Amino acid sequence: MADHITLQVARYRPEQQSDITFDEYEVPCPKEWVVLDGLNHIKDRLDGTLSYRWSCRMGICGSCGMNVNGEPKLTCATFLADYAPGPIRVEPLPNFPVIRDLIVDIGDFMQKLVRVKPWIMRQTEKPVSEGEYRQTPEELDEYKQFSMCINCMLCYAACPIYGLDPKFLGPAAIALAQRYNLDSRDEGASDRMAVLSEHEGIWGCTFVGECTKVCPKHVDPAGAIQRYKLTAALESMKAIFMPRGA
Amino acid sequence: MSDSHVYTPYHPRWLRRRVSTYWWLQKWSYFRFILREGSCLFVGWFVLYMLLLVNAVGKGPDSYARILEWSAEPWVLGLNVVSFLFVAFHAVTFFEAVPQALVVHIGRTRVPGRLVMAAHYMAWALASVLIAWLIVGA
Ligand code: SF4
Ligand code: FES
Repeated sequence: MADHITLQVARYRPEQQSDITFDEYEVPCPKEWVVLDGLNHIKDRLDGTLSYRWSCRMGICGSCGMNVNGEPKLTCATFLADYAPGPIRVEPLPNFPVIRDLIVDIGDFMQKLVRVKPWIMRQTEKPVSEGEYRQTPEELDEYKQFSMCINCMLCYAACPIYGLDPKFLGPAAIALAQRYNLDSRDEGASDRMAVLSEHEGIWGCTFVGECTKVCPKHVDPAGAIQRYKLTAALESMKAIFMPRGA
Repeated sequence: MSDSHVYTPYHPRWLRRRVSTYWWLQKWSYFRFILREGSCLFVGWFVLYMLLLVNAVGKGPDSYARILEWSAEPWVLGLNVVSFLFVAFHAVTFFEAVPQALVVHIGRTRVPGRLVMAAHYMAWALASVLIAWLIVGA
């Protein structure tokens, strides 16, 4: 195996250029190095002006998402050796505005996330003296998968619908809404319904399914959306046939 | 970004990239999706053809013979073969998707997705057998 590999890294310096260009760097390629190690090597040894985000380097913080050879990936979990002999093209996540080099702005998602109220809502809170809201392991299993989301935005980057229509609420926001809807302690499903079932909510999704494929945490946002479509359809049927609310 | 236009001093010049018109050629899964959307027309035709067939059967042997003759024309045959393939494609991809949308519980245990999918295939097979029996047997 070659001991070096070429990284073609997207550069965008807003004060100098109006579009992305690519810079090439040769980085070492030991078998335990991930793309993020390559970028750190560039930043430390070759070109200190490169900008990108990372924090945990272990698939937890969700900040190192980039397009690696056209696929949205966590760069801390994507091995250089898997792309040997290279070159590897590293670009900022698509469907988001680029701030600089590999850094994108995800403010749009942050606003959408708040709209689906991703927290436990109760009609009435019970007093602290009555103890905690308890849950069985089976009840936990109902939503656990959806709670694994690390907001890495790979799913938004993979979703052509979000790219074409940025108003679409998008995979992770809907999956996180479902995370709370399916939580036995939550009573806020009806409050989330309006946002989720508007045109730009679940119905915006045409089930391309890429979000689920790229998700590094196996959240299955596409599944969450389809499941909610079924729920919403049943609810509206109920509203038609049992208008007084059964 | 959406509706908030908050003033930020020294706001960075964000680069907004456009989705290419040919985005659906970039990945097989995108292409498969467009194929599914586009092939709805063929599925629509398949339904229409079925209705024409049922209508002809209802009208008696003469009109049935006529529609059979018409169906044997190369272009109708070709169209129907293509439509059939697309209908099968839609059916398979639909059944593939079912376990993601439909989560079934028996008591407190969750029925595995594969079983849900298998049940759908069974129902499909049963319905086909029933229809075949009605047409051929009765
Ligand atoms: S659903 Fe998956 S891909 Fe999307 S933000 Fe959450 S962890 Fe990332
Ligand atoms: S650096 Fe935290 S997920 Fe990759």
